[in-house]
Amino acid sequence: MRPIFFIPLALFAFFAGLAGYMLTQDKDQSVPSAMIDKPLPEFDLPPATPGIAGLKRADLIGGEPRLLNVWASWCLPCIAEAPQLEALKQQGVEIVGVAIRDKPEDVADFLARYGNPYSRIGADDISSLQIEIGAAGVPETFVIDAKGNIRYQHIGDIRQNDVPKLLEILEDVR
Amino acid sequence: MRWLLALLVAIAALPVTLPATAQDTMPPAPYAYRQLDDPALEAKATALMNTLRCLKCQSQSINDSDAPMAGDMRHQVRSRILAGEDPEAIRAWLIERYGDYVSYQPEVSETTWPLFAIPAILVLLALAVLLRRLGKRRREGSV
Repeated sequence: MRPIFFIPLALFAFFAGLAGYMLTQDKDQSVPSAMIDKPLPEFDLPPATPGIAGLKRADLIGGEPRLLNVWASWCLPCIAEAPQLEALKQQGVEIVGVAIRDKPEDVADFLARYGNPYSRIGADDISSLQIEIGAAGVPETFVIDAKGNIRYQHIGDIRQNDVPKLLEILEDVR
Repeated sequence: MRWLLALLVAIAALPVTLPATAQDTMPPAPYAYRQLDDPALEAKATALMNTLRCLKCQSQSINDSDAPMAGDMRHQVRSRILAGEDPEAIRAWLIERYGDYVSYQPEVSETTWPLFAIPAILVLLALAVLLRRLGKRRREGSV
C-alpha cells in the first residue's frame, strides 16, 4: 500500500481524537455582549423600590465613568458580590443598579440585608434594558463612560481580585 | 418497609423546597406566553423564535424554553412583529447585541465562510480526481 492511502485514516483519527479531547474540556458558557464601545440605548426605568431614584440614560451622562450593575434580589451570586460593590463605592465609584424582574419589597429587603451601594436603581420587569445592552444574565456589570458609551462588561459576580481591574478600567475610560 | 416509605416521602418533599432559591416571582412579560391575535403574524413570530437561541439554556430555542429570559425575548419578538417590524430586522437587532451566537440560522460571515467554502472545494477536487481517473482508464482501455 502506498502511504497516501493512510491519509484519510490519519485524518479520521485526528478528528476523532480532537472530538474526544474537546469533550473533556470545560466550555465557557458565557455569552459576551456585542455592545462594547457602542453608546447606551435610550431608556427610562421607574424606581425599583420607594426612596431610591429610578434610572434613565441621561443619568449616566457627564461627570466620572460609572458602573452599571445588572442584578436581582433573587440572584444568589449577587449576594456574593455585594461586599465588592461596597468596596468600589468606598473608592468613590458611582454605581447604578438595574433590578431584573424584581419586586419593590424584595429589593428593599435585599438592600437592608446586604447594604446599598447604588445611587439609583431602575426596575426592569421584562428584561428590556438587559436585552438592549446584550447582558445574558445576572449579575453583570458594565463600565459606562461619561459620554454614555458602554466600555467594558464583567460577566458574573465581582470577586475580590476583580476590584483593582475594574478601578483601572474606570480610570482608563475617563 | 417503613424506612422506604420515609425515604419516598423525603424525596417527594424535595422539589417543593428546592427551586425557590434562584428564581424570580414576577409574572411573565405580556407576550411571553400569549400568542398574537393575528395567526399570520403569530406564524411569522414563531418561525423567528424557533431560530433564536435561549441564552440561559443554550441548546434550546427561545420558543422551546421556559426560562424567564426566554419569555422576555419572546415578548420582544412578538411586540416588535406586532409593531410591523420585519423578522430579519429583529434578528439583526439581537445579533447586534449578542453576536451571531444568538441566531441558529447559519450565515456567511468573516468567521464562518470556510464552513461553506471547504465542502464546495472538496466536491470540486473529488470531481477533478474522478475525471482524471476515468480519462486515464479510457485511454488505457483503448490501447
